This record gives sequence, structure tokens and C-alpha cells, in this order.
Amino acid sequence: MALTSTAAAPPAATAAPPTPAAGQAPALQIVPLRALPIVGATLVLLVVAIAGNWLWALDFFHVAGGALWTAVDLFLGFVIGPIMGRMPIPARVEFSKRLMPKMVVLMPTLVVCTLAAGWQLARHLGNLSTTYPEHGWLVASIVVVAVMAVVALGLLEPANLAVLFEFRKPQPDGELIGRLMRRFIYAAGVTGAMQVATLIIMSRLATG
Amino acid sequence: MHVDERPQAAGSVRPGAPTSPHADAFAGRPPIPLVCVASMALVLLSGIYLAAYLPRRAPLGPAVGLVAVAGAVLVLAVVLVAGLRQFAWDAFFGVVKWALVAYAVIAGILEFVFVYDGTRGTMLILLTASLFVFAVDIPVLLGFSVARFQVPRARS
Repeated sequence: MALTSTAAAPPAATAAPPTPAAGQAPALQIVPLRALPIVGATLVLLVVAIAGNWLWALDFFHVAGGALWTAVDLFLGFVIGPIMGRMPIPARVEFSKRLMPKMVVLMPTLVVCTLAAGWQLARHLGNLSTTYPEHGWLVASIVVVAVMAVVALGLLEPANLAVLFEFRKPQPDGELIGRLMRRFIYAAGVTGAMQVATLIIMSRLATG
Repeated sequence: MHVDERPQAAGSVRPGAPTSPHADAFAGRPPIPLVCVASMALVLLSGIYLAAYLPRRAPLGPAVGLVAVAGAVLVLAVVLVAGLRQFAWDAFFGVVKWALVAYAVIAGILEFVFVYDGTRGTMLILLTASLFVFAVDIPVLLGFSVARFQVPRARS
């Protein structure tokens, strides 16, 4: 699959953004290739932190990754989502074209860093043990993450990719994009709500 | 959340005017995305079950059962996809190929964590099988989700 492609020229549009050349739509990248070296470097650092048992680095990956994951989910679900819902469809399309490719690389990276580092951190600190007083909360956090994973991987990501591929068509189907975007926004809202639960659980775990 | 459904001025994307002749071609067919999600959920359930017992070793029977059912459900999903006619296979394989690469990297990191933590024997086999189901299931789901809305290439 060509990860980069140039969408065919759209028909005359009243709300079309400025294009680089007459009749040419800007290139739509499903996966922003320029971000991949950053993703690769981040994952290498994660593996090094795990292999080196660097507690500070594991803590950093877990806290920073988790904070970004939570913030992005909440911001997308409760701020950007409702705003996008009220935008005119052409504006929504242009915004989505720029936002969604970035989400394709950002979210999986944040999720892997947060979960892998968190698991190792919990192992080192003895939090995984059933004798740990807050073990029930820890299992609850794993359940919440599992629900988020099902929603994100089963609904969000497929909708995201399907929308991006629809944008590449000469004449994207507005009705289909609208339907998929609604699914995306509602799923982001659900994961946002689950993130609130995660924040409560993690606050509880951090304070004992 | 409010989603604006009002008709909009004509643009490059035409609201309410489907241009994908196959947009609804899969309505009423076996729910392949649901089958994939079920497989994923079973794998996650197995993981939660095992994690709940740590650091003690959980009785492996239920976890093996869950992963086995997840694998069977994944096979069902693949069979359902393979049986499709009028399907955009080039789009499907285009997405699956790169998604497999991405999820192989993710599964590889997780496998490294398990091995690094000293997981061995049946438990390692079980976790590896879980990761395998996970790393194949999601690409199939992503590939189908994209290809179902693409126009199949005409056969010459």
C-alpha cells in the first residue's frame, strides 16, 4: 500500500481551501512518514528503559505517556469533538484531513509507552502482587484499559482509517464520512469517560 | 454531543450524496467487525484473568480456553472475509500488510517484556498465542473496515 498518495482533484467547491496548484488537492498522507523516525526512536528508548531497569525512565514513560494519552482523549472527546460536530461539513473535512493522520501515529505510540512502562513499573514496585493493598484497584485499571482498547481498536481506529481512505477518493462520500466521523467522535467520548475513571484509579494508587 | 446534520453548501465532499456504490454492500452480511472485536475482547479477558493472579500463577485452564476461543473466532473472521465476493482485495491487503508490520512491532515489544520478566513455559506460549491473535486480528479488522467502502477493482 502506498502510504502517501495524492488525492485526485476535487470538483469545484465553495468551501475548498487554497490548493497548491490549480485543480490539485494537497497530498493526503494516511501515515505521516516524517513522524515515523520519532516513533521509532521513542520505542527504542522505551525498550532500553525496560532492559536497563531504569525506574526513572519507566516512570517518565508511564506518567508522560499516560498524561498525554488521557489529555488527548479528553480534549478530543469533550472539546474538539463537540466543536467539530457544529462545524460545516467542508470545514470538518479539512480539519479531519489534517488531524486524523497524526492520530494514526500518535495514539498507538502513547498507548504502547504508557502500558509497557506501567507494567514494568508496577512489577518493580511490587504493585502487581495480590498482597499489595490496592491490588483490586490495579486490576480495575487493567479492566478500564481493556475496555478502552476494545473501543479504540474496534471502533476508533477502523473509523479513522476508513475516513482517511474515503478522503483519497476523487469524490468522497459525504454521508459515509459523516457517519464514520460520528462514530469516531462518540467513541472518543467513551474513551474520554474511561480516562476519567483511569485518573481516579491512578490517583488512588499513587496515594495508597 | 451535538452533530450538525444540516445540509451544507456544495463542496468537494458532497453531504447526503453517496458516491461509494459499495458503501452499504455489506449490510445484512455476517458482522465481520463484530467477530474481530469479539476475538480481541476474549484475548484481553484472558490477560485480565492472568494479571489478577499475579505474582501467583493463575490456573491456566480458563485462560487457555479464552485464547483458544479467541483464535477460533479469528479464524472465523478470516474465513468470512475470504468468502467475500465483490470485495476490494487490493485495498484490504494494502492496509493489512502495513498494519501487520505495525502490530508486529507492538507485539514484539510486549513479547520482549514477557521474556525479559522471566516468563517461561506454558505461560509464555499462552501469552505469545494471545499476542499472535491480537497482532493478526486488528490488521484484519482495519483492512476490512477500509476495503468495505472501496470500489472493487474490475476484473479483466
